[in-house]
Amino acid sequence: MSALVTGSRAGTAARWGLLAVGSIVMVLPFLYMLSTSFKEQTFVLTIPPQFIPQPATLQNYRDAWGTQGFPRYFLNSLVVTVLSTAGSLLISSMMAYAFARFRFRGREVLFRVLLIGLMVPTMMLIIPQFLLAKYLGLLDSMAGLVVFYIAGSLSLNTFLLRGFFAEIPAELEQAMEMDGAGPVRRFFQLILPLSRPALATATIFSFLANWDEFAWALTIITTPEKNTLPVAINLFHGQNSTLWGLVFAASVIAIIPVIVIFLAFQRHFVQGLTSGAVKG
Amino acid sequence: MTVLDRPPVRASAPVPRTAARARRPRGAGLTPWLFLAPGMILFLAAIIYPMMQAFQMSLYDWKVLKGLSSEFLGFDNYRRAFDDPIFWRALVNSGVYMAITVPIQVVLGLLVAILLNRKAPARALFRVLFYLPVVTSWVVVSLMFKYLFADNGVINWALRDVTGLTDGNISWLGDRWTAMAAISVLGIWKGVGWSMMIFLAALQGVPRDLEESAAVDGAGALARFRAVTLPAIFPALAFVVVMLVIGGFNVFTSVLVMTDGGPAQQTQVLLTYMYQLAFADGEYGYGAAMAVLLTIAVFIISILQLRAFRGRMGSAT
Repeated sequence: MSALVTGSRAGTAARWGLLAVGSIVMVLPFLYMLSTSFKEQTFVLTIPPQFIPQPATLQNYRDAWGTQGFPRYFLNSLVVTVLSTAGSLLISSMMAYAFARFRFRGREVLFRVLLIGLMVPTMMLIIPQFLLAKYLGLLDSMAGLVVFYIAGSLSLNTFLLRGFFAEIPAELEQAMEMDGAGPVRRFFQLILPLSRPALATATIFSFLANWDEFAWALTIITTPEKNTLPVAINLFHGQNSTLWGLVFAASVIAIIPVIVIFLAFQRHFVQGLTSGAVKG
Repeated sequence: MTVLDRPPVRASAPVPRTAARARRPRGAGLTPWLFLAPGMILFLAAIIYPMMQAFQMSLYDWKVLKGLSSEFLGFDNYRRAFDDPIFWRALVNSGVYMAITVPIQVVLGLLVAILLNRKAPARALFRVLFYLPVVTSWVVVSLMFKYLFADNGVINWALRDVTGLTDGNISWLGDRWTAMAAISVLGIWKGVGWSMMIFLAALQGVPRDLEESAAVDGAGALARFRAVTLPAIFPALAFVVVMLVIGGFNVFTSVLVMTDGGPAQQTQVLLTYMYQLAFADGEYGYGAAMAVLLTIAVFIISILQLRAFRGRMGSAT
């Protein structure tokens, strides 16, 4: 190819060197956390620091999973995340179908209103949302988490899906309509099956956002048994600020699903980011 | 030069009006409304209504308990903010956080994206490693950094015992500016992968042939970057800057977990202060006023930035 692509050997080496240093900086805190989660309490803050736990112990994991109630928090997080993600995907794709495939009065205005949700940061609404949840009796309940997680994700998911639905050829839908299929059947049997990549992208982003959400859960959940993982970990750290081994064992448990999902669905991340951000 | 005339990656796609019109000549009746209803009702109730209520609350000394009546204050809550030294400190802290994290994230993200924008065997691996912090929960990474910056932590050990840059331990989270530095380092570390990913996508749209012909003409790497790459990725650059500034206003969890605004309110940022006012001090009206101010600021800044970028883009193409 050209001079541009080949580059000099020194240039390539420098490029790799920079990337290697950068990615080491990215990964080291994770490795250090992992290492600390296997340390005995006496060794978590020694000078010089221990990078390889000596002796290594599984006690922190046994404690987190056994006596500290983390299976419960894990289950809470899982239930809330799965329900919110599924609910958001269903409701958002219904809205996206209406916006992408039908013409009706007020469509543009409604869509603009929906996009306001993309511009207003969620934290700005937390005080009135708290009062609303209180009024509706949703405080200290998983339902309160699920309802507001779904509401918060509607704008982005509808926006992403609408773009995808609009690309599906009209002839396919017309053919089905000719065969007597109503809109509900067309939605479930044509639009949704053809949109699997977009649905996958929206699912992953929603799943991770809900799994990691902290501020809202911190605000409305007061019964410890109802906590999700991020709140439980933070609370545990607040009560035992020096038990770093245990805190990090719990953290490792909390981030394993995230890393697994991320590695399995990387392709969708790139697609989602580019369709959601750059292309529009 | 036809390639240059082509508009760069489009910043927003219009509603596919023409396509839908062709598809549905007749009125669609009730059907679209039935599909919209569940989502729209939820959205109006849980997002739009609270938005308006935030403004209403900001005009009252809002009482939550039943039986207590809320006193109408007009704009007193806003006036109060201007006389509140902690509000100003929080504003400055948020500004400092933004001033540190936004430019560094843009530059590092772009640098990594450019380094990665060539076919290489380990490219996918590097991309994953840089993006890993982005998908990890704020609580977990904040705890990680609290541990790294602890008095007896690794950072102090590296500065004192390994490099000898400092004599004793720095109490990073015990002082306003060192704490803001630690919080900013966390923000950069967590965010670089995101801007990298956006820039990587935008770089796919840079005309290769143009870059190569510029190289044949003897243009250096920097000149090529300014003449070819930069104009092509400008919309992405604008998008990243706007999103990062908004993100800077939104810094919350890292501060809450690492310092909780302390010591003595020294490291409050706007959102942690708002949160404390509402949920620790019961000052719902005053907290709501702060949220409204913040929302307005975010709107104005993003509009100004978009306009500034659009102006520069006009002259670049």
